[in-house]
Amino acid sequence: MRHLKAGWKLGRNTSHRRALLRNLVTSLILEERIETTVVKAKAIRPEVEKMITLGKRGDVNARRLAAGYLTSRDAVTRLFDTVAPRLGDRQGGYLRIVRTGFRKGDGGEKAFIELVGAEQIIDEKRQKRAEARAKRAEEARKAMEEAQAQAGASDTGAAGDAGETKE
Amino acid sequence: MANPKRRHSQRRTSTRRAHDHLTRATTSECPNCHEAKLPHRACPKCGYYKGREVLELKEKAS
Repeated sequence: MRHLKAGWKLGRNTSHRRALLRNLVTSLILEERIETTVVKAKAIRPEVEKMITLGKRGDVNARRLAAGYLTSRDAVTRLFDTVAPRLGDRQGGYLRIVRTGFRKGDGGEKAFIELVGAEQIIDEKRQKRAEARAKRAEEARKAMEEAQAQAGASDTGAAGDAGETKE
Repeated sequence: MANPKRRHSQRRTSTRRAHDHLTRATTSECPNCHEAKLPHRACPKCGYYKGREVLELKEKAS
């Protein structure tokens, strides 16, 4: 009997829900960690675990089944070549959901869901993002200094002129 | 139409309302920064959960 196996409807009809879940699962496999609502994170957990089980099988049939669910070929490759081998000795429990707080606007509870064992990759990605951000900030600062230098030059020029006329 | 038979005293009203109040949300102490935080959630102040799990928090520019 499928009593107490209701799952989550997420306020969508069947096709909309399936599309949403497929997109979330694909993103998670590609990105290692995604930020979403707690309910959506819980809803994709069984789907992701099924995908990883397919990834562990590793045969052509499993690959085709996964390709039929995931929305991009890159995700299938990544699942079979990177994600599944890494989780080889685990029997389920591949995912971690951590609640992060409440969304401004509608108060929805947010969380991130990540693949267990992805900590290093996530840290590296964060490092890269921080570097990119620092670079951008540096460039913005330089541009501002340049603009200020130009403005300052014209200002001092005007001030100099004014001083000369006074003398 | 149904109507109240008797006047409702102020005391009766107050007595009913004696238990109307909000309860404080339970908090736990963040083991990293010792701030109060909601239990089972990443700390919004320092971004830690279970020793690691740093969220990317905006560093306050001095």
